[in-house]
Amino acid sequence: MTTSVSGGLAIEGLHKVLGGRSIIHSLDMAVRPGELVSLLGPSGCGKTTTLRMIAGFLTPDAGSIKVGGREVVNLGPEHRPSAMVFQNYALWPHMTVAKNVGFPLKLRKRPKAEIAERVDAALTLVNLMHHKDSRPARISGGEQQRTALARALVQEPELLLLDEPLSNLDAKLRVKVREDIREIQQRLGITTVIVTHDQEEAMSVSDRIAVMNNGRIEQFSTPADLYSTPATEFVATFIGSLNRLEGRIEDGRVVPGAGVVGIRPEDVVFGPEAHPRGLAATVERVVPRGHFAELHLRREDAELRSYVTGVPPAVGTSGCARIEKWLEFEDGQLVGQGTPA
Amino acid sequence: MPRVLSRGVVVLLAAVLALFIIGPLAWLAVRAFAASWTYPDLLPDAWTLRWWSVVFSDRALGVAVQNSLFFAPITVLVSAAICLPAAYAFARFEFPGRRFFLIGVFAANSFPKMGLFVSLAALFYALNLMNTILGILVVHVLGTVVFMTWIPAAAFAAVPRSLEEAARDAGASKLRTFFSVTLPIALPGILVAAIMSFLSSFDEAQGTYLVGAPDYMTMPTQMYSLVLNYPTQVAAVFSILLAIPSVALLLAAHKHIVGGHLAEGFQIK
Ligand SMILES: Nc1ncnc2c1ncn2[C@@H]1O[C@H](COP(=O)(O)OP(=O)(O)OP(=O)(O)O)[C@@H](O)[C@H]1O
Ligand SMILES: [Mg+2]
Repeated sequence: MTTSVSGGLAIEGLHKVLGGRSIIHSLDMAVRPGELVSLLGPSGCGKTTTLRMIAGFLTPDAGSIKVGGREVVNLGPEHRPSAMVFQNYALWPHMTVAKNVGFPLKLRKRPKAEIAERVDAALTLVNLMHHKDSRPARISGGEQQRTALARALVQEPELLLLDEPLSNLDAKLRVKVREDIREIQQRLGITTVIVTHDQEEAMSVSDRIAVMNNGRIEQFSTPADLYSTPATEFVATFIGSLNRLEGRIEDGRVVPGAGVVGIRPEDVVFGPEAHPRGLAATVERVVPRGHFAELHLRREDAELRSYVTGVPPAVGTSGCARIEKWLEFEDGQLVGQGTPA
Repeated sequence: MPRVLSRGVVVLLAAVLALFIIGPLAWLAVRAFAASWTYPDLLPDAWTLRWWSVVFSDRALGVAVQNSLFFAPITVLVSAAICLPAAYAFARFEFPGRRFFLIGVFAANSFPKMGLFVSLAALFYALNLMNTILGILVVHVLGTVVFMTWIPAAAFAAVPRSLEEAARDAGASKLRTFFSVTLPIALPGILVAAIMSFLSSFDEAQGTYLVGAPDYMTMPTQMYSLVLNYPTQVAAVFSILLAIPSVALLLAAHKHIVGGHLAEGFQIK
């Protein structure tokens, strides 16, 4: 399978009302050709609804969807240049793996020899040639997932859509399959939109992430950017972990105020010796997290969580905790970032 | 020891069940070949094929077999043509009166059959349908509506929508999706409905007798006159013939529905 010429995706002013409730409000999003973008957000924020509108299963009440520069909003799913991988894989149980993968080509009336060749290529790509003649019910969840992926890829779509593609796999397989998906996506250069509510998954595979909340995109940026410069308080708490405190920071301590400060746990540094910018703190709880540990610290001004690597201090240890970096929010929006003077 | 005991109980139960089911059939089979059989002998005094030749050489009986083999398949086809689209609509669309119609389908089976047929006969006299093929077909199809609607409706409803959406996404039109995905997956349920309809048509006697006799006699209606006019052995031969399609269909169904890959269709997650 060769690299497909993938167009980008441009969504403008997308609106959708379902059950009398406005689910998607004026959503704009531009995905560049060959880019992998995740739609990330809490349950019920409208990710699936958005994806289904892109795929053509739902008609938006307003807005435009362009794939490769072509308006597709009035086309049925069978006429759109996108291919979707469903959450439950949606493999046809009465067809073998090869028949499942070949069906889209059969619909396009491709010659038999070409179908056979492209099915083999797609199955080789996802490493499933040995299950060619198996029925979907007889193969494992991960293999079903890869069959569904092959069925989408064989169409050489301009746009690949995946709805929570990994949610039915166990933790270990999930990491492997998502790396496979990313690798294949990059190799083929195929524009891809993945829906997920798992931030780690989104962070590890995406070029950019659209963080959704209540039918809106809160921020659309690279994983690193979302983490270091979250545009809103929602994004800051949703991506990664955050100490959220009311007030502001003055001379390294939290003082009452109108705004909200957010401090990443890795920006809280705890040590046994006193520090000019630190305050006395005691360790109240230690939560092992594998290669690091999460400390719950009590200071006179606030309770802070901190990450340490190496051997963590024991519960009850006294020391000094300082804040190296923080985010400042007002009315939920980022207004500034602070570092000690 | 308890295991041996419980196995013994199972074997005993199976034997009783087998006797209960096979016993009368065996008696029937023996009777069909018996020249004479005096109580309390376990087996007939003499064997004969006379009753079979009586059946096969009697023109009226032959016609009855022909009629049955005509009405049953036609009934299934007509019933499927009428009921399957309705079943699909019940399964996939929400429309006003949906529940009413779904329950209404039971109406034909919820009244005493004879009462229904008598009022049907009154209607048929007015419409000149008495003693017509069409009239008999109407009676037969009526008796199959419940099977042909409810079972396929459940089968269609059990086809996950995402399987249909995946077909649309792959490039199939709505019609193509129905014939390539929905129908094959629902097929086991539809086959079951077709078999039950076939048997119900094959067995239908009351209504057929009322509407069709004496011009159109089918195997079950012919049974009535057999019981009255022929030796019991002929009735035995005839009931064996009447049972053949049921047994054949059940065997075929077993092979294709339980054993075949279609069964996997039911295991879809
Ligand atoms: N057909 C419908 N009628 C009414 N409301 C609907 C319908 N479909 C979805 N909704 C509502 O729209 C909202 C967004 O649904 P959607 O499935 O897009 O969420 P999601 O972001 O995919 O969530 P999840 O992570 O749980 O899958 C939800 O509140 C849901 O209840
Ligand atoms: Mg969803």
